Amino acid sequence: MSRDTEVLVLGGGSTGAGVARDLARRGVDVTLVEQGNLTHGTTGRMHGLLHSGGRYAVSDQASASECIEENRVLRDIASHCVEETGGLFAKRPEDDESYFEEKLQGCRECGIPAEVLTGREARELEPYLSEDVDKAISVPDGAIDPFRLVVANAVDAENHGARIETHTEVVDVLVEGGADSSAGASDGDRGDVVGVTVEHHAGSGNRVHGAPGEREDITAEYVVNATGAWAGQIGDMAGVDVAVRPSKGVMTVMNVRQVDTVVNRCRPKGDADIVVPHETTAILGTTDEEVSDPADYPEEGWEVDLVIDQLTELVPILAEARTIRSFWGVRPLYEPPDVGSQDPTDITRDYFLLDHEERDGLRGMSSIVGGKFTTYRMMAEEISDHVCDQLGVRGRCTTAEEALPGSEHPARLDAAMDDFGLRSPIARRSGQRLGSRAEDVLDTSGPNPVVCECEAVTRAEVSDAITQSGSDLNAVRIRTRASMGNCQGGMCCHRMANVLSADYPEATTRGAWDELVDERWKGHRHALWGEQLSQAALNTFLHATTMNRDHDPAGRHPTGGNGSAPGDDAADTGPGAVDVDFAAFDAGAATDGGRPTDEASRGGGADGSRNGGA
Amino acid sequence: MAIRDDVLVVGGGLAGMTAALAAAREGASVRVVTDSESTLQQASGLVDVLGYPTPHDDADDAGNRTPVANPFDAVDALPDDHPYRLVGVDALRGGLSVFDDATGDLYRGGHTERNALVPTVGGTVKPTARYPASVAPGLASDDRTTLLVGFDGDTDVDAPNVAAHLRAAGVPFDVGGVTVEFPGDLDGTDQQTRLAHALDTDEDGVRRRLAERVKRSPKRAGDDVFGEGGDADDGAAVDGFGDVDRVGFPAVLGRARPRQVRDALAERLDAAVFELPPAPPSLPGVRLRYRLRDALREAGVAVTTGNPVVDHDVEPTEGAGGDGAENPAPRITTIYADRNGTKTPYEPDAVVLATGGLVGGGIDSERDAVYEPVFDCPVAHPEDRYDWSDADAFGPHAFARFGVRIDADGRVLGADGAPLYANLTAAGGVVGGYDAAAEKSASGVSLATGYAAGRTAVAAASSSHPTPTDVTADR
Repeated sequence: MSRDTEVLVLGGGSTGAGVARDLARRGVDVTLVEQGNLTHGTTGRMHGLLHSGGRYAVSDQASASECIEENRVLRDIASHCVEETGGLFAKRPEDDESYFEEKLQGCRECGIPAEVLTGREARELEPYLSEDVDKAISVPDGAIDPFRLVVANAVDAENHGARIETHTEVVDVLVEGGADSSAGASDGDRGDVVGVTVEHHAGSGNRVHGAPGEREDITAEYVVNATGAWAGQIGDMAGVDVAVRPSKGVMTVMNVRQVDTVVNRCRPKGDADIVVPHETTAILGTTDEEVSDPADYPEEGWEVDLVIDQLTELVPILAEARTIRSFWGVRPLYEPPDVGSQDPTDITRDYFLLDHEERDGLRGMSSIVGGKFTTYRMMAEEISDHVCDQLGVRGRCTTAEEALPGSEHPARLDAAMDDFGLRSPIARRSGQRLGSRAEDVLDTSGPNPVVCECEAVTRAEVSDAITQSGSDLNAVRIRTRASMGNCQGGMCCHRMANVLSADYPEATTRGAWDELVDERWKGHRHALWGEQLSQAALNTFLHATTMNRDHDPAGRHPTGGNGSAPGDDAADTGPGAVDVDFAAFDAGAATDGGRPTDEASRGGGADGSRNGGA
Repeated sequence: MAIRDDVLVVGGGLAGMTAALAAAREGASVRVVTDSESTLQQASGLVDVLGYPTPHDDADDAGNRTPVANPFDAVDALPDDHPYRLVGVDALRGGLSVFDDATGDLYRGGHTERNALVPTVGGTVKPTARYPASVAPGLASDDRTTLLVGFDGDTDVDAPNVAAHLRAAGVPFDVGGVTVEFPGDLDGTDQQTRLAHALDTDEDGVRRRLAERVKRSPKRAGDDVFGEGGDADDGAAVDGFGDVDRVGFPAVLGRARPRQVRDALAERLDAAVFELPPAPPSLPGVRLRYRLRDALREAGVAVTTGNPVVDHDVEPTEGAGGDGAENPAPRITTIYADRNGTKTPYEPDAVVLATGGLVGGGIDSERDAVYEPVFDCPVAHPEDRYDWSDADAFGPHAFARFGVRIDADGRVLGADGAPLYANLTAAGGVVGGYDAAAEKSASGVSLATGYAAGRTAVAAASSSHPTPTDVTADR
């Protein structure tokens, strides 16, 4: 029977996008659906560490070896997403000496280049490192932009014929046949997965605010459940048990890069032990707490305090530094049912491919759970091999050799940047973000002013991102970093909306603007003391006092999006429109050419009296 | 040797300058000491008094979201501890009269008690009590057909989008928007002052060239300019433009000679010309700051800029005076400002604290504390910092109300509700108890409390003289 697509990938994080790219490049017809933006789930909520493998060199050497292998691949195929910062495992006097030696030995056993630095040498590299640090191990950790990486995977998949649908939520898994599909018995034939029912929250294709939602059945030869922390919910729809154990962790974003190298605490597993330089910021992480619902869990101030206070032991300046927001991510941890770890930190970081035919008697679907961002490509390759086996397709994996869009011509990057009339720091930042696409994106005929000053994002980049992602300014944000700097959108949210208005109606623009402001506020709230509280007060003055957006007679949220959960456009409407009695207000003094009763004063030509002169 | 004045005002924003002018009116010798430049140039130049007295009450009641036409009548709806309720409507009127005298023909709105509704760069309308003359022809209650003009290189004002938004807000006039390139090589210059300078000097005939671009523009934009149902006409450009009674621009129409620039454009366009109150940095805010500085100079007020106050001395007040108070508040005797690393002493008789709020630095915070950094005046705040803000971006934020408490005379109160010092008053953003952004009351509170604080300071100064005169009698 004819299906809409050969393979349907559920989930637009790193794994899903990686699978879509891999299969599309093998000539398989792929459709990917994602409930929010690309990276909406865990991928968009990580600290941006490109593991060297050093973190797992003692506890999990198999993972460590995979990490260093994929670390090298990503430096090659995704150079425009990676910053080769290097990393340190720093040891304080109270940290265990024998663990330090084990770490060093483990790195060497796993093929991770590792070198011991004295405390002084480490501080020469990172001057803000604590005086107490007595030595460190240097490893090739790096920083990676997960947004750029996933977008590049999705674009490459599209370039090879894939269909990518964001803001499209799976509401049911379609199962045909099955002997005892309703009985819930663990054995026997549960039938065939033939596709899913999705709800397009704003119509299919690029998201447009205010577009009505619609349902669609998408049938497929094979379904890959790559929904991470949501994999259990998809399993439930298909009648199989996928026991993901979601675990939350906080990441606190600093206003500048206090360090330019990834700094890890050299001790066995623990909370709050890493600082990752990321773009213009440094990200502090993290905590590890099991949660029941990946979409609804408490974000607590003690977690923010904990990471700042703990990491101050490694980098003392953090105690006084300005944080601009915090965000939480949920690890999609999984362990086989018979392990039964109590503490989430004991759950393995390894990944599992669950073939539901083999495991549950349900044909046509596999789930991928657990795993790490750094090894997403390797995971995608293994899943793709498995799917190809099922479909009888004989394509070869090319994802480790072929560069991602944006990283094809690294040499072109620096050379081309001066041609666009951009001031040099802006040109550098644009070039880093766009990679080898810079020339195409920045080649505009008119002026190309800066929209976001904190992150040096120009209008041409914002326009390009709108072309890619539709009217969703949060999708524009993750592609460009506009509104992600110190002011958290205070100065640029309305400017981004202005760029959007060139392509979309005013009401659509206003909805996207409201949603962006709300999303920025959500994370900003976790940083509100000191300078950042002052920043929040300034932002409120700009948005409420200067623009009166809080009492807009046209209303807020004309499409209902509240920013906290992309896709739920119908939920949570803000204050609606009001009718203002304009006649009750001052229309100006007659001498100013206001609304004078004396017609003569407005018809008399340009005598200065009509424009406030006189 | 210490510098002696009757009144020392710490802070040079709208509240500090109002306090200084009010005190100088009473004949006092006054000095203003400021740290950094004031935040006036961050503000749009509009002087709001009160637009929404109950902005956070029941959002389902449209009355709470509808602007009030008369701000003076709406003061009674405010909570008891709101600065307007404390210092009274008379102080507000006094502050406005100081402002009107100081700004003269630069500002409008004093002909009526009613608020004006002014189109904003965000596409909404905002209630305000005083507005720059350059903004006056653009009021939203005026029903003349309006064309808004944006510049291609300006990311803050998108004229077609502002016009569409104003139509959605239900303004009683036809409004359209067009984008033109600012003439010369200046489009894309993100410095308003550069564009303003070109218009001031009519560099390379820029006024004529700008007007011509505007007159040609409706044709290019076609029917869309005025949206559905507008008066746009797809005929010749000049015909389409002929329907326009007024033309609004981003606020770059001159820094030194704004009226001349507007007149020249108005003549060429045969329409009234106005500015949209801008996002920062704001030329109308800069113009206001210069005008108020001139007013201070004319009033004989000394201004010392760039010197943060770093320390102060206090002495107990001797005796109980005539009023029988058992523990009279101590007095601030000396203020030390930092001048290039040297502590410069000032010995005023009275001090006005006008250092601004969270934005200006008059109120500061740490992870678990909110404080007033100059005199360590008490600032009430919730213990848990997550209670400082609301989950909604525009919700009832506690931080919006952070500040020192004052009495009816503007004296700063201690935690016990009694004056903290006998000769310390406060004005403007450093005062707590009001949500300036949501109420649209920032400037009005600065004027009202500045007026009260300045006059009380004069009275306090006089009472410290060997032969006191009863200045408070005519209050």
